[in-house]
Amino acid sequence: MAAQAQPRTLFDKIWASHVVAELSGGVSLLAIDRHLMHDLEAGAIIKRIADRGLRPHNPELTFGVPDHAVATDPRRRANSTPNSERLLREMKEGSDAFGITYFDLDTEGQGIVHVIGPELGLSQPGMTIVCADSHTCTHGGLGALSFGIGATEVAHVLATQTLRQTRPKTMRVNFNGKVAAGVTAKDLILATIGKIGTGAGRGHAVEYAGDAIRAMSIDERLTVCNLSIELGAKIGMIAPDDTTFEFLAGRRYAPQGDMFERALGYWRGLPTDEGARFDVEHSIDVDKVAPQVTWGTSPQDVIAVDSRIPDPSRESDPQRRKAMEAALAYMGLAPGAAIEGTPIDWVFIGSCTNGRLSDIREAARIVAGRKIAPNVRAWVVPGSEATQRAAEREGLDKVFLSAGFEWRKSGCSMCAGVNGDIIAPGQRSVSTTNRNFVGRQGPNARTHLASPAMAAAAALSGCIADARKIG
Amino acid sequence: MEKFTQLSALAAPLMRPNIDTDAIIPVKRLIGYQRHELGAFALEPYRFRADGSENPDFVLNQPRYRGAKILVTAENFGCGSSRESAVWALMAYGFRCVIAPGFGDIFTNNAFQNGLLLIRLPREEVDRIAEELGGAPSPAMAIDLQSCTITTPAGRQLEFQIDGERRQALLEGRDEIAMTLLRDADIAAFQSHDRVARPWIYQTVPPAA
Repeated sequence: MAAQAQPRTLFDKIWASHVVAELSGGVSLLAIDRHLMHDLEAGAIIKRIADRGLRPHNPELTFGVPDHAVATDPRRRANSTPNSERLLREMKEGSDAFGITYFDLDTEGQGIVHVIGPELGLSQPGMTIVCADSHTCTHGGLGALSFGIGATEVAHVLATQTLRQTRPKTMRVNFNGKVAAGVTAKDLILATIGKIGTGAGRGHAVEYAGDAIRAMSIDERLTVCNLSIELGAKIGMIAPDDTTFEFLAGRRYAPQGDMFERALGYWRGLPTDEGARFDVEHSIDVDKVAPQVTWGTSPQDVIAVDSRIPDPSRESDPQRRKAMEAALAYMGLAPGAAIEGTPIDWVFIGSCTNGRLSDIREAARIVAGRKIAPNVRAWVVPGSEATQRAAEREGLDKVFLSAGFEWRKSGCSMCAGVNGDIIAPGQRSVSTTNRNFVGRQGPNARTHLASPAMAAAAALSGCIADARKIG
Repeated sequence: MEKFTQLSALAAPLMRPNIDTDAIIPVKRLIGYQRHELGAFALEPYRFRADGSENPDFVLNQPRYRGAKILVTAENFGCGSSRESAVWALMAYGFRCVIAPGFGDIFTNNAFQNGLLLIRLPREEVDRIAEELGGAPSPAMAIDLQSCTITTPAGRQLEFQIDGERRQALLEGRDEIAMTLLRDADIAAFQSHDRVARPWIYQTVPPAA
């Protein structure tokens, strides 16, 4: 009898099945199944490849969509922002010349690249998926090995349909227990980053596991994986299961009919084997997690909404202490104060983290029949055109509009701030996005990351508020 | 890609952890500038005050560190966004090497695609180099990639580890795309096998609506 095969992780299996060649120094030449492009650099990179006399190796495996620079004004056009006119034109022309599918504005394919990938069924279990955006880790929520790359790597993928990558170590984060009422996937992953740190996942492919993950919808899994890069890991993934397969069945670019059954057989073999070894393991007691909100300028600067802003003078590491002091000064917050009740100016609901239909529903549930506080501006920017249309079919646009929110068109908007959607200096936002970095939402803008429910609660209250007390 | 063999230069200590790529190059500078123009905006939120004037307290604005080609910094440098412009901005400013206890994963790949040498050292060692820089009459140090050694401002010799493939690529200034194009037969063989094993991957025309 043959020796029992070594138990393998989800990551091990996908990596091994994509090795084209082993190069020296632990570097592998990896086949890439899906390459997604967005408007920020696509046109320039396509031009660079063409200028070099190269053609795309597999144009049918690359898909492009404008999201970063596009306006979100309800009456937008391709030329609505000074940047988008040129970026979209160059991207569309380059895509046409190369035979790359381009999802244009006002079609159901348009949206934030990490929202439309899963939504269209382009992202599937067992795939390698790359895009010139660090939140490409999102697609790992479907059981894919997906990661962000730089511009030179994009050119490499286009020209060869491969990438040279150093094999990362593996990490598993186990979410044990039952999630308390009013606590969301966003809260779980923010609490994880707060506990183990924004550099903890560096050099690792992270798998999220445990009962709480199994109980999650695909939207929630995508939110968890989305913040992997904020944990330092460029790869985050969740083993596919029946929830995944039901999500994919019938989607436009998912396998159809007999081919779906064939793919299903393959997908069922992907989850981590019993007894497989990870280089690092962490556990999170899910039942102890409360709604989270950030207080500083790194996603790890996060606390439960009912707790107090940390005091740098109690921090023993001098480097960390100075960073905390700088963060509090930038945020205009006092150590030791309650974070709940901090007055805010802006609420932003959207992004590849929390711009999907279930996020919009979660916020609408809190907003329904209420009004936002005076002096607060609040936006909902659906993650995709299809998400927007689906929400409108449910009447959710009217829920937000009658509460005083603006209901806008899909794009990265105020998460990336490329398209001019930014917050004035010194103003404070509660945002369902992924980065509270210095200047991320505009020069000297102050960002508090939180869930859609928490953002909705803040819009109604005019201050940082506990969604559990409102919902 | 620019070659890197050895470097003897001024070094600046920027001992703040988790410096993200939005801080290295703000998003508004990603559009409308050539790579070589980005140096003016490298670390812009720290280098300049709100009114656009230089922040005299920031380390790179201090006369003794002007012209630094080596950046000594803290944990998790280059975390966040995948923008390769972060590397272009640092190089356009003049940096050829960054020394830290750790770097963002995507930033790391981007750096080595462009000839920016990243050296990882234990935190105690990085902190000690930063102290030596602060105390030295001239904050200079040397890096030799052939022998993988650093000469610190105080004259100590340190060895560093670097992935062999990356070291060789830097020493030769090698272009990865050109190297991989030589592997075309391997890629074709992989795909012809894979099209049988996983045909759905390659069927990307959706059924008619």
